[in-house]
Amino acid sequence: MPLVQPRHQRWRLVLAHAFLLLLCAAVLLPFLVVLSVSLRPGNFAATGSLWPAEISFEHWRYVLGLPVPGPDGTPVMPDLPVLRWLWNSVKVALASALVTLLLSTTAAYALARMRFAGKRQMLTALMLMQMFPAVLALVALYAIFDRLGAAFPAIGLNTHAALVLAYSGGIAAHVWTIKGYYEILPAEIEEAARVDGASGWQAFRLVLLPMAVPILVVVFLLAFIGAVIEYPVASVLLTQQDQLTLAVGSKLFVQEHNFRWGDFAAAALLSGAPITAVFLLAQRWMLSGLAAGGVKG
Amino acid sequence: MGPSRAGHGPARLVALLLALASLAAVVQVHRSGQTLLAVMLLVVTAAAGYTYGSTRTQALRYLFPGVAAALVFVVFPMLTTIGIGFTNASSSNLLDHARARQVLLEESTIRPGSARPFVLHREGGSLRVWLPPTDGRPGLLSEPWQGLPTAPQVLHEVATPAGQPLDLRDTVAQLDALRLLALQAPGGERLALLSLREMAEPQPLFAAGADGGLTHQLSGTTYRRDDAAGFYTSEAGDRLTPGYRVGVGLAHYERLFTDERFREPFLGVFVWTVVFAAASVALAAGLGLVLAVLLNWEPLQGKGAYRLVLFLPYAVPGFISILVFKGLFNQNLGEVNLVLDGLFGIRPAWFSDPTLARAMLLVVNVWLGFPYMMVLCSGLIKSIPADLYEASAVAGAGAWTNFRAITMPLILKPLTPLLISAFAFNFNNFVLVSLLTGGRPDQPDASTPVGTTDILVSYTWRIAFQDSGAQFGLASAISTVIFLLVAAVTLLQMRATRLADEAGPRR
Repeated sequence: MPLVQPRHQRWRLVLAHAFLLLLCAAVLLPFLVVLSVSLRPGNFAATGSLWPAEISFEHWRYVLGLPVPGPDGTPVMPDLPVLRWLWNSVKVALASALVTLLLSTTAAYALARMRFAGKRQMLTALMLMQMFPAVLALVALYAIFDRLGAAFPAIGLNTHAALVLAYSGGIAAHVWTIKGYYEILPAEIEEAARVDGASGWQAFRLVLLPMAVPILVVVFLLAFIGAVIEYPVASVLLTQQDQLTLAVGSKLFVQEHNFRWGDFAAAALLSGAPITAVFLLAQRWMLSGLAAGGVKG
Repeated sequence: MGPSRAGHGPARLVALLLALASLAAVVQVHRSGQTLLAVMLLVVTAAAGYTYGSTRTQALRYLFPGVAAALVFVVFPMLTTIGIGFTNASSSNLLDHARARQVLLEESTIRPGSARPFVLHREGGSLRVWLPPTDGRPGLLSEPWQGLPTAPQVLHEVATPAGQPLDLRDTVAQLDALRLLALQAPGGERLALLSLREMAEPQPLFAAGADGGLTHQLSGTTYRRDDAAGFYTSEAGDRLTPGYRVGVGLAHYERLFTDERFREPFLGVFVWTVVFAAASVALAAGLGLVLAVLLNWEPLQGKGAYRLVLFLPYAVPGFISILVFKGLFNQNLGEVNLVLDGLFGIRPAWFSDPTLARAMLLVVNVWLGFPYMMVLCSGLIKSIPADLYEASAVAGAGAWTNFRAITMPLILKPLTPLLISAFAFNFNNFVLVSLLTGGRPDQPDASTPVGTTDILVSYTWRIAFQDSGAQFGLASAISTVIFLLVAAVTLLQMRATRLADEAGPRR
């Protein structure tokens, strides 16, 4: 580092801290407000203070599906099934992450270890596919699943299977990630296994895969989160209220004419906190040496 | 069954069963009228058969599942989108011609003067319908039935009914049975339920003519197939709904680029999309870069804590943060206006003033996007050799000179492709616009509803799935235009990546 005069430096440090603290406040305040709102009674009590004057758990009861006091004091069952949506999201995301993992581990193996005609083109095609988001093909996806549903109602519109299928196309980024990791693993061990008589499938399944477990966990988590937070495709394919995922259902809380700030705040914390934790975990593993030089693109 | 050799007996059996199941699925899809989809499935099945049947397909065995999924759920939808863009598909023209014609021919009406009152009678455990004599027509009594009637009930001429008449409430309780009921009169005509008190003789609304035209049975008007419009149309120009899907060639594209009333709002949306994407990237990257420089500054304490907090917006699910901001910015109840009201006595209308709505969109997007840029820039700055700074310190350069002469030039090249892909991402940032403003406030005078904060993808979504009659054809045409734009940006990005790889400091 350059030699800086201490007098200048002290002022600069103070300024830097002030700037950073201001930004941290801008980042944290929305979440603190949400926490406060979720504990306040009523759905539109903007009291002006961050600290709620009166603590009420009505919004938390609401999102947990417990009866809440209605306008006339009698208990009312919540009309928006938050826990159901959370379960839908988890279900779709688990299935989708599994499918993603199954499809991308084998594909990445071929791309990392095998030599075949058209490999370069296939890698380029994978990269290109990432650039075209599904949001551009929403009309077509809707039409395709509408028609598929005419033949097989189990994978038509308003089914979770349709969503999992639609997500299974988006494996390009994951293939790149896994391929990068395979490439930093030594190929010699598999070659030795082949010399000892293992088939290609056995070398992959019994030798390479066990070594690649860390990246498979990370990709599983990333695919899981990707499916949980996906909004456009889910919003088009799912319309029945009890089939919605959390990402689609949440917006029903903050509509122009039906603004339920408190209920939404509780729902956001309930669902946002675990997803954020999982994401931070996956990121941490990803950064901490796991991907040292492996992940690019 | 995984990429093992299909040599063993059980594996072969499973493969055979899978192939049979796929073929059955293909037949099923074809029977439901989806020829294109059936062909697609057949091709995939055949490719799977070849891949796992042949012994010469080593790599393909591992690639096939992933490639097939990508082809079916990414490439096929893209091609379908382009295809739909050349048709008139919309809520009124959703079916193909055969199905639409079938729907029209199944429409029925009441033969004029055939309606007559009825009374439901109960006799023991069974029900009968009694049609009292009216206008010189004799009284008719049906055979008794139990539960839900399965076959048409024959009517007999009688003078007096049998059994106990039911009142309206008990009749309503039998509505399921009455809906299914068909009555066969002695003269051969069929009667069916018209209302809770009347039975009538249904007849098809349209009769098919020898030339394929449809004649309305009540007015006598003939509607002829008009393949240019996709409707059955009368001489006077009246159309029958539903219409059917037909190709319209480049009509949507002509509308996009030449129709005055359409071009202007479309261009407005396009310009805002570019401004929004460029401004989002520039602001987020600027802030991220400043933070990266600060957080790589050795004398600064507490870097770890700052990094963790400032990374949060990237880690929290986007749909949650965006909806949180939607609440915070609410004009009357939101906390942002509460603070502004307290400090300056103003309550800006964030969601109904176009300029404010755009500003809000940018503020939220920068909040969402700067952590990613911070992490990227941080990584790039770390890869700059430290001896460069030591040399510049020896030469007596200050922090600003260091940044301008060393940091900036060295990270700009590798950063460029990443900035371009961030631009492409924000160009299609549907989630933000859709969840925060939904494109509103709307432009006051547009033929198709269009918002002042709409970007191209959210505009397309509105055309297809919101107001304005589900114009799938038009929406797909716009999607195709966006495809081309994104492809252009992608080419640019790949060029920049190549340049960065040739000159970049990394590896």
